[in-house]
Amino acid sequence: MSGNLLRRVRVAEVERVANRIKRFRLVDADNAPLSEFSGGSHISVVMHAGDRLLRNPYSLMGAPSDTSSYQISVLNVEDSRGGSKFMHENVSVGTELEIGQPLNLFPPAKLAKKHVLVAGGIGITPFMSMMNELDGLHSDFELHYGVRSLEDGAYCKYLQSRYGSRVNIYRQDQGQLIPLERILGDQRLGTHMYVCGPKPMIDWSLQTAKLLGWPDENVHSEQFSAPPPGKQFLVKLARSGREVIVRGHQSILEALEENGVDAPFLCRGGACGQCETQVVACDGFIEHNDHFLTEPERVSGKKIMICMSRIQTGSITLDL
Amino acid sequence: MTVSTIKSRPIYPGLSPDLNARRNIIVCDKAGAAAVAELFSRAGSAFAERATIILADSLSATETQTLSRDLAPAAVEIQPTLADGIARLRQLLETAPMGLRLYAAGSEPLIGLVVQAGLDFSIDHLSIRTEHRGSLKRRVQCVHCKTFIEDVTTNPVKCTGCGLTLLVRDHYSRRLAAFQGVCIDAEVPGEVPPTEALYL
Repeated sequence: MSGNLLRRVRVAEVERVANRIKRFRLVDADNAPLSEFSGGSHISVVMHAGDRLLRNPYSLMGAPSDTSSYQISVLNVEDSRGGSKFMHENVSVGTELEIGQPLNLFPPAKLAKKHVLVAGGIGITPFMSMMNELDGLHSDFELHYGVRSLEDGAYCKYLQSRYGSRVNIYRQDQGQLIPLERILGDQRLGTHMYVCGPKPMIDWSLQTAKLLGWPDENVHSEQFSAPPPGKQFLVKLARSGREVIVRGHQSILEALEENGVDAPFLCRGGACGQCETQVVACDGFIEHNDHFLTEPERVSGKKIMICMSRIQTGSITLDL
Repeated sequence: MTVSTIKSRPIYPGLSPDLNARRNIIVCDKAGAAAVAELFSRAGSAFAERATIILADSLSATETQTLSRDLAPAAVEIQPTLADGIARLRQLLETAPMGLRLYAAGSEPLIGLVVQAGLDFSIDHLSIRTEHRGSLKRRVQCVHCKTFIEDVTTNPVKCTGCGLTLLVRDHYSRRLAAFQGVCIDAEVPGEVPPTEALYL
């Protein structure tokens, strides 16, 4: 399970880059070189926030070939489960953290003739490394980046100075909206669109592309959403006979990890399918919060994605 | 079509309309034209009005008349051969924008060559809607001398390039738009199973 291989890193630099957004530069704790990654990759950061063990995914922002350090940006989310608050309040230069290996669930399509990148707010982060890679390959791309204001949008100046007219910034405080219909309505054959940002923006972008006749294969999105909270419930593990309590703000996966159970995972956002687990029995209603299972699979009640989904109340027995 | 254990063997789910596409380009032969007519009857005239059909086949005057009527209100362009049809398709794709949907209906060589042309214009093969109709004939490449053998209906088949007797495999290349043909009597030259007309 590549997702389980952890590496110790040290925070080498912290910079406030916009309202509520900090950039962290991480180096290997023993100053060994880090692995190269590909544009669009992310890492998960392990956080011991109070009595909770969290592993939040963050996109890597630097140059994919730079093995000296990794850079991530963290938005301090109000009402968060504590991960981003922990990064903002408890992590400073010198802090040691554990991270997973880089994973890429949002790579640019290698055969595309052109790439249209659509970002909203903190959704800019995967495009930082993606643009770095595309620029190096002399690939044709353009960025459309929606921000609340220039104070809220990270890296606006940097992006404009580095990529010039390929970067288009839209300021909500000035009433500017991304004219997506016009942008997507006038693209050459073989263009791919990528969108990252808040869920309503992703849904709107995907729908706009669909209504303009863009094939699904040309449209890509990524969103890291935290597992929605709920009530406490009980997980029974059929193979080991163990029982684990999942608290209201935990995912099943986090509760298993806290109890030393090694369960499969990759993206921790309900997208990749790695943590698909067979349900042996369940006396509660399953809340499927993933983007992976098909409707018939959900209805069958035989499968659950343990990184995102939970049951309302009661107990669930898993084939683990 | 029998289910193959070879993963690369293409499957053709059948034509379905993309009602959001701003332009539809449909390539078909005589047999495939029937599938296109059925597609139009399901999708309605607004869909057909946004469609250009490249009908690549040799047709009699009566057939031309009948098919043009069946495929109205789409614009129907008739090309005398598959090669001419594919050349015309490439010409249309040269200036096409996003919002175009590509369809192919007819023999496997026709579908394969449409998918291959699409690939050259960065159209994902999964986004091309396909339906197999008519002959089971195959386009085969000899893996030894790389000659393409068109309209193969038998297995094994003699390579028109190097003369080897080839086993026609389900192993398919989208890039080459061809099934792979492999020497069938490499171990004992001359030991060749009887020829079967599998792909009529």
